[in-house]
Amino acid sequence: MYQTTYHRASSVDEAVSLFGESSEAKFLAGGQTLLPVMKQRLASPSDVIDLGKIKELQGVELSGDTLTIKAATTYYDIMTNADVKKAIPAIAHLTSVLGDPAVRYRGTIGGSIANNDPAADFPAALLALGATVKTNKRSIAAEDFFQGLFSTALEDGELITAVSFPVPAKAGYEKMRHPASRFALTGVFVAQTKSGEVRVAATGASQSGVMRVPAIEAALKSNWSPSAIDGVAISANGLLADIHGTAEYRANLIKVMAQRAVSAAG
Amino acid sequence: MGVEGIGARVVRKEDKRFITGKGRYVDDIKLMGMTHAHFIRSPHAHAKVKKIDSSAALKMPGVVAVLTGQQIVDDKVGNLICGWAITSKDGSPMKMGAWPAMAPETVRFVGQAVAVVIAESKNLARDAAEAVVVDYEELPAVADVHAAIKSGAPQLHPEAPGNQVYDWVIGDEGATDAAFAKAANVVKLDVTNNRLAPNAMEPRAAIADYDAAEEHFTLYTTSQNPHVARLVLSAFYNIAPEHKLRVIAPDVGGGFGSKIFIYPEEMVALWASKKVGRPVKWTGDRTEAFLTDAHGRDHVTHAEMAFDANNKITGFKVKTYANFGAYMSLFSSSVPTYLYATLLSGQYNIPAIHAEVIGVYTNTTPVDAYRGAGRPEASYLIERLMETAARQLKVDPAELRRTNFITQFPHQTPVIMAYDTGDFNASLDAAMKAIDYAGFPARKAQAKSQGKLRGIGVSCYIEACGIAPSKAVGSLGAGVGLWESAEVRVNPVGTIEILTGSHSHGQGHETTFCQLVAERLGVPVSQVSIVHGDTDKVQFGMGTYGSRSAAVGLTAILKAMEKMESKAKKIAAHALEASEADIVIENGEFKVTGTDKAIALPMVALAAYTAHNLPDGMEPGLKESAFYDPTNFTFPAGTYICEVEVDPGTGKTSFVNFVAADDFGRLINPMIVEGQVHGGLVQGIGQALLEHAIYDANGQPVTASFMDYAMPRADDVPSFNLSHTTTLCPGNPLGIKGCGEAGAIGASAAVINAITDAIGKNNLEMPATPDRVWRTIHAA
Repeated sequence: MYQTTYHRASSVDEAVSLFGESSEAKFLAGGQTLLPVMKQRLASPSDVIDLGKIKELQGVELSGDTLTIKAATTYYDIMTNADVKKAIPAIAHLTSVLGDPAVRYRGTIGGSIANNDPAADFPAALLALGATVKTNKRSIAAEDFFQGLFSTALEDGELITAVSFPVPAKAGYEKMRHPASRFALTGVFVAQTKSGEVRVAATGASQSGVMRVPAIEAALKSNWSPSAIDGVAISANGLLADIHGTAEYRANLIKVMAQRAVSAAG
Repeated sequence: MGVEGIGARVVRKEDKRFITGKGRYVDDIKLMGMTHAHFIRSPHAHAKVKKIDSSAALKMPGVVAVLTGQQIVDDKVGNLICGWAITSKDGSPMKMGAWPAMAPETVRFVGQAVAVVIAESKNLARDAAEAVVVDYEELPAVADVHAAIKSGAPQLHPEAPGNQVYDWVIGDEGATDAAFAKAANVVKLDVTNNRLAPNAMEPRAAIADYDAAEEHFTLYTTSQNPHVARLVLSAFYNIAPEHKLRVIAPDVGGGFGSKIFIYPEEMVALWASKKVGRPVKWTGDRTEAFLTDAHGRDHVTHAEMAFDANNKITGFKVKTYANFGAYMSLFSSSVPTYLYATLLSGQYNIPAIHAEVIGVYTNTTPVDAYRGAGRPEASYLIERLMETAARQLKVDPAELRRTNFITQFPHQTPVIMAYDTGDFNASLDAAMKAIDYAGFPARKAQAKSQGKLRGIGVSCYIEACGIAPSKAVGSLGAGVGLWESAEVRVNPVGTIEILTGSHSHGQGHETTFCQLVAERLGVPVSQVSIVHGDTDKVQFGMGTYGSRSAAVGLTAILKAMEKMESKAKKIAAHALEASEADIVIENGEFKVTGTDKAIALPMVALAAYTAHNLPDGMEPGLKESAFYDPTNFTFPAGTYICEVEVDPGTGKTSFVNFVAADDFGRLINPMIVEGQVHGGLVQGIGQALLEHAIYDANGQPVTASFMDYAMPRADDVPSFNLSHTTTLCPGNPLGIKGCGEAGAIGASAAVINAITDAIGKNNLEMPATPDRVWRTIHAA
């Protein structure tokens, strides 16, 4: 690791102001990606601003049909939160299959979506549920937030404060775990909104990061059942291929995981 | 058996320090004035080193020195050796290219060191390493064994034309061809045994400390065999004569073979310590472990088996290409020859065998012994072939094995080995019963009704352990003897220290070796200490590998114990005014049999050291040593059967059951044996389902981190159902066969046999990743 200066911010304002004062700062929101990358000397931030102790970034609120998860809430706290389990159990399930216990105790929802790893789990949930990303400056629809591999709508120094999810009628997430990293080799989040809209998002599959799957959405719109997806053809074009999965395999996984997610959603 | 004697489940004495964080590993050691080394490693698989410019680095804070490959060659530090000479079929010796500890001219694999920075801290050394400019001229590289032997392939070493190290044969070709000419059926199979990265939990590390006044070196290193390290460093690498070099291997966090070898980093640390006049420490990181720890396996094999009309095997032909990587590591040459082809008879009566092994250089990390070393490759090949044969001949796979089992012992195979004892039917029966083999068709049908593909796979393995005797391995080309030594010291107050050449790096010797003493003397294990891992304390030893510590090392302790007991009995008889022949040892006392006359061990010990009242002519003291050279290898064997379910939608395999019935001879501590089997099975399953060290066509490693290289985790494996059938090994007095490698040797074939049974297609390479299984299911 290169030399860096560590700061522990106690408020969002302080974190943002520390960020502005340093030349090449990075926010630390769990550090499950940033710290290993720094240890390998592949990142060399001048300053690291830890968001983990900021009270206003912690916790979950359920208000009417909106579930709000604050940005620095850990996966473990999300997984075990009663409101999450009640309002959107698919999110509790997603966190339970995310990484391993050590990752779940440290990693946060804000850290995950700000990093936007193409195989991360949470981007699929945000996209499928039509979530809104709240920052210290504005609100951004999930649709507009994720902009390809490791790229988001966040501006320099802009800090995610929370994610709010409209509570769906039904939702499910199923993933094929990457055998080494335990990211999603392919994961699919399916949701049916209370107004009857169907949204399906896949992660780990596409070369351009998390994506909607319109063909499966159309099939489920007319018939919310696993068998509705039987006849859907998913093209392997544009899908990731590596030693753990060919593009054809990932195309198959999009279908199979979608079917299982629908089963899980009920 | 006493409560802590042979056969008792004594809790591991060493675990108190390991699980409370008090283990003392090389990286925990800090010496006064210690400097830190960081190696500059080639990013290219094959390149000329044109120039190394360290001028900027030398000006950086805390930098002590930057040393290069040319300097280590100029200082006449020896090239790395390969310690087992193999002769090709044309009578020529194996063809080896030079392997200097740091490359002066040419790098041949990604990660090979070209220079080292010595600095005041690890981080400063790393900072400075980034400022060293190495000018490389890239050369064409080759990573695949078949590509490497093609004409026109990039050539690694001028000494080895065509990248061929040797072309070695074993067995009777004429008799084998004759068997095939008369065969009723011939079964053919091509298999790849995937390359593995060993990944011991503790990365390799070394601290070298040169004492200029004494011209003496001390090396702390992560070694499975510190005495062998000292021998090689002294005899071949010109570091220092043996009496001027102390090698200490303190607590070592796993080896699996990868810490047998003497690596460039230890040599450089020793040489650099003398050059800079201060201790030098190097601790590898995980990336360096992936790039530089000797890899395992990596065979490509075509095999054919001939059967008569009664499904009896009549002949076996094997041709294997073994990928050695860029250099010949310390014992690499023996792995695909004498540790592989000599086991090709498996558990079966095969009248004629012929095998040819072609060793090949590629621009990849060197390959050497890894848990099982040659025997997993042999066992996998035979057991995949038996399963293939059963499918082709349409007979039950267990029955086909039974038809061909060796049942008379001793049994001389056509490939050197003479099996001393065994009962292969017993272990097969035990495993079949444990998994309810007879009930499998019903379970398969039940799974099918739920859309799952259920399969069962058998693997009957045999291995040769205890690697010995010295005379025999010497005649086959080994550069060392393969005995073990031990010393028993009874202290004046009656506590006992056992000095052994068997290093413990996870095996639990500090417990099991004490159990032998407890068994013989009736003293608690708490009164016994095991001393190992230091060439200044233990006179000599060959180290721990090849499941040899109990069969060879513990037997050496037994021999020393017998000598000590004999003397102690004389002392006791003298004190008790009895005949030596009437003395028996019970519960820590020397008793006159049939009487209540007794003298406790501490009093005997004290008498030995005060020497006030010893028999006439007896030397004082109570300390004996022994060297033990076995008469033969030992032959652990057993049957593993696993039942799996494959998800046709994803190709993912999950375990329904996994049973292991092993014959290890006598067990000293069944709990530790079970732990060894668990670990071995997980490594075998890891190879079958998850692990693969992959290079691209240009020799760039694709799997050099845990983000890409899939190590097995607890939830990837089932709870194992273990049992033992026992035939005592006649080759050593304790009847021990060894248990350290069996799991890794036998498991992978059971897994692949089960998956191929489930999906109804026989051709499936390891690792059977979900993607690969899914594509195999859906292949035309």
